[in-house]
Amino acid sequence: MAEDTGKHLDVALVAAERVVWEGQAKIVIARTTDGDVGILPGHAPLLGLLQGGTVQVRTVDDEYFVAAAPDGFISVANDRVSILAENAEMGHDIDLEEAKRALEQAQAAGTNSEDEQEHVRLAEARVRAAEKAS
Amino acid sequence: MPATQRELKDRRSSVSTIKKLTRAMELIAASRIVKAQQRAKAAGPYARELTRAVSAVATFSNVDHPLTTEKPNPKRAAVLLITSDRGQAGAYSSSVIREGERLNQLLREDEKEIMPYLSGRKGIAYYTFRQRDIAQSWSGDSDAPSYARAREVADALIEAFLTPTEEGGVDEIHIVFTRFVSMLTQRPDVIRLLPLEVVEGEEAPAADDVLPLYEFEPSAEDVLDGLLPKYVASRIHYCMLQAAASELASRQRAMKSATDNAQDLIERLTREYNQVRQSAITQEISEIVGGANALADANAGSE
Repeated sequence: MAEDTGKHLDVALVAAERVVWEGQAKIVIARTTDGDVGILPGHAPLLGLLQGGTVQVRTVDDEYFVAAAPDGFISVANDRVSILAENAEMGHDIDLEEAKRALEQAQAAGTNSEDEQEHVRLAEARVRAAEKAS
Repeated sequence: MPATQRELKDRRSSVSTIKKLTRAMELIAASRIVKAQQRAKAAGPYARELTRAVSAVATFSNVDHPLTTEKPNPKRAAVLLITSDRGQAGAYSSSVIREGERLNQLLREDEKEIMPYLSGRKGIAYYTFRQRDIAQSWSGDSDAPSYARAREVADALIEAFLTPTEEGGVDEIHIVFTRFVSMLTQRPDVIRLLPLEVVEGEEAPAADDVLPLYEFEPSAEDVLDGLLPKYVASRIHYCMLQAAASELASRQRAMKSATDNAQDLIERLTREYNQVRQSAITQEISEIVGGANALADANAGSE
């Protein structure tokens, strides 16, 4: 696999019910369970689970954005990057204040059951994405 | 005795009100069906990527996962029956329920115990009327199922599947739903959801579509662990979207024929009404003429 494949990545950020963002990017940084991975054009095929829930993308036009992708996964093959998460959202679409309130509520509700922990994780991911985007 | 003019008039006006109703329902169903198809299309990329990823893991690793392992001696089977919440959709609910009954019969012949999971009020009503036990049921959004609802159903089913048989768990899971073939054809269908047979159904990648050798992060087992429940939820979501589109299509068709029938009825009643009115007028005239003649005769006699 070589650098002559156009030198960009085709990125698709897909939620369960819609495609959130689709476009070309220079680099994608995602946090998997083993740590951050940066993906550049020509990356080896990869399938990884996301943790922490944020994905950073620098587009070919040098725009930079952050997306929340809690509990998703990433697949890379032939310079195509697919980020799948049931509740994917763009960082700048999230209202930071609202996300913080949601996080406080989720934390106040407790972290006893698995459901509640998931709520907290989701809220954390949204806050992080919103903070980075602003 | 033929109906009176007033009766016919009342009946005609009530039929035209019904026609307006069914016509409105037909139009609503027609507009919703477009939305349902868009939703199904929007859910496509997620399902496709997920299927691709799952088949990649399944192909390049020999991992045994509880969700893909067949149990040696299946004793109990869960059946998820997807029906509609509301009626006025022709034979939609009854034909999918009939398909479900056929599957139940088959499972019973294999000496498997059946655990019904129901989605949609029509199925719930069918089961409660016959006083059957229901394992779990969901209702309220049969014509616009959200992914969250599919997740809920998937979580319940996976939990039941992972519970050992002795503790009331199930050994296999089937879905009975209606496949949306086209606007004119919707076919009730059965698929086996668990144990999973990866690479089946419409979304399977083409044979010449060679899958790349993936690296897994953190490991193939962990990735599979994370992916399979999502895959199951996505399959259920797919079935629900198909069922929703089918429901709307049959509703549109049923309401269209109801509107047509109402129109026929209106025409017939109008004709009948005109006939009755005409004969009443004729009778009145002959009564007046007869009365005038009698009067003339009586006057002629007295003079």
